[in-house]
Amino acid sequence: MTTPLELVCPAGTPAGLRTAVDAGAHSVYCGYRDETNARNFPGLNFDRAEMKEAAAYTHEHGAKILIALNTFMRAGCTDLWKRGVDDAVAAGADALILADVGLVDYARKTYPKQRLHLSVQAAAATPEAIAFYRDRFGIARVVLPRVLTVEEIARLTAQAAPCETEVFVFGGLCVMAEGRCMLSSYATGKSPNMTGVCSPPSHVSYREESDALVACVGGFTVERFERGEAAGYPTLCKGRFEADGAVSHLFEDPVSLNAVELLPRLAEIGVTAFKIEGRQRGRAYISTVVRAFRKAIDTMAVGGKVDYDELRSLTEGQRDTVGAYKKAWR
Amino acid sequence: MRGHLPPFLSNATGFLPLLPLEVIARRLMSNAMAARPSFAARLGEYAGRTFAIDPVDCPFVFLIKPEGGRTDMKVVRRSVAQDHDARIAAPLVVLIGMVDGTYDGDALFFSRDLSIDGDTEAVLALRNAIENAELDPSTVLGLPKSLQGPVNRATRRLFVELRRLLDAPEENGPNSGANP
Repeated sequence: MTTPLELVCPAGTPAGLRTAVDAGAHSVYCGYRDETNARNFPGLNFDRAEMKEAAAYTHEHGAKILIALNTFMRAGCTDLWKRGVDDAVAAGADALILADVGLVDYARKTYPKQRLHLSVQAAAATPEAIAFYRDRFGIARVVLPRVLTVEEIARLTAQAAPCETEVFVFGGLCVMAEGRCMLSSYATGKSPNMTGVCSPPSHVSYREESDALVACVGGFTVERFERGEAAGYPTLCKGRFEADGAVSHLFEDPVSLNAVELLPRLAEIGVTAFKIEGRQRGRAYISTVVRAFRKAIDTMAVGGKVDYDELRSLTEGQRDTVGAYKKAWR
Repeated sequence: MRGHLPPFLSNATGFLPLLPLEVIARRLMSNAMAARPSFAARLGEYAGRTFAIDPVDCPFVFLIKPEGGRTDMKVVRRSVAQDHDARIAAPLVVLIGMVDGTYDGDALFFSRDLSIDGDTEAVLALRNAIENAELDPSTVLGLPKSLQGPVNRATRRLFVELRRLLDAPEENGPNSGANP
């Protein structure tokens, strides 16, 4: 192990944040209750007062708070995002997680000493892109897209230095180049990129049909779960469609990422931070996953053997995958 | 079906008079809302929706409208529980486990132990507001602070045992035995 490891955990609500911190998170990431963050779901996120309290709680417990403003600014309406940066800095954010290059520029110029991370939404997946953000704006860490192999991450990490790299290790698996995916936008007019919602619940409906659960997004039927069959999120990328006479998950099965078995290798190649997806998940998920990964990291640090079976019941479709990290996809 | 009350118990709940049940349920909801004044704010525009909380192993349904800090709650037979915006259905012990943070709603949905229909946005808002409320038995019962610890621990043990007997989904919340 060449670098100190940081476990970066999701917090969709103040209660979720306290749960993550209490469970052993080194840092938590969260966002404001508006379209500046890519998890803009009803009932989720923090108002200004809650964010200040969250920062205080996090710091009192020796953890860090990373505030995500990781959607793209809308032309003619950039104040919402800039105000988000101002308020996040004032709240005591240890780092801002940004995607929009204009917002990165604003944050750097306005707050020269503020630590900035580049969101996965920025889709910086080449040495050139990372170097641009690092050299031009002093980005301290880049969150890598979930479409890279471990060896690609190794090369990127070496070339990104001194910019740190952060990779997802558990949770919902976005199989697209994030920040560039238009599937949700196509089906519903809303997307994580602009409004902070993928398959927005306002456009999702379920119905029971002949003992099966049918999921629709924006009027498109994306999945039919037969009785007893594990379900997944109602996204187009994990939908089951008929093509050339065969019915299959054309893009990806409804599975969750679980890269715990790759932690030693990821640490070895110099990845700094391991990120758990799931700001939309409950405290039960957060406490279980954070504890398990913290235990894995601590076990790994003393050369022990990591057990990850306990995480499977929380996974989408009740199954997990190492995703692109081993390029085992179709 | 995992987590379901056994048929004899399920049938027995059919003989419960609804009015006293509704009075008790209103009281518990009122205690929870009083202890968590930010609950309605987190629900936002969805506080005006009517939610059907449907314990599928019981013959009745709770119709809840948590508007403006007040709670409009009715307990009705399932056959007449039509007038609602969204429905959340699961066995009774599973629904209780969602309230106290024992279960993760998405995981229950993935495993098909929980189903939803109607206004998906409203369901999500309610789920997230409940998650943030961190409700425990003593808060819902409106108990004084001195009794909270013992009552929460005793209730916790009771539900762990009950869920084991009913073969309910595995517990994994912050208060579960899996997390010392």
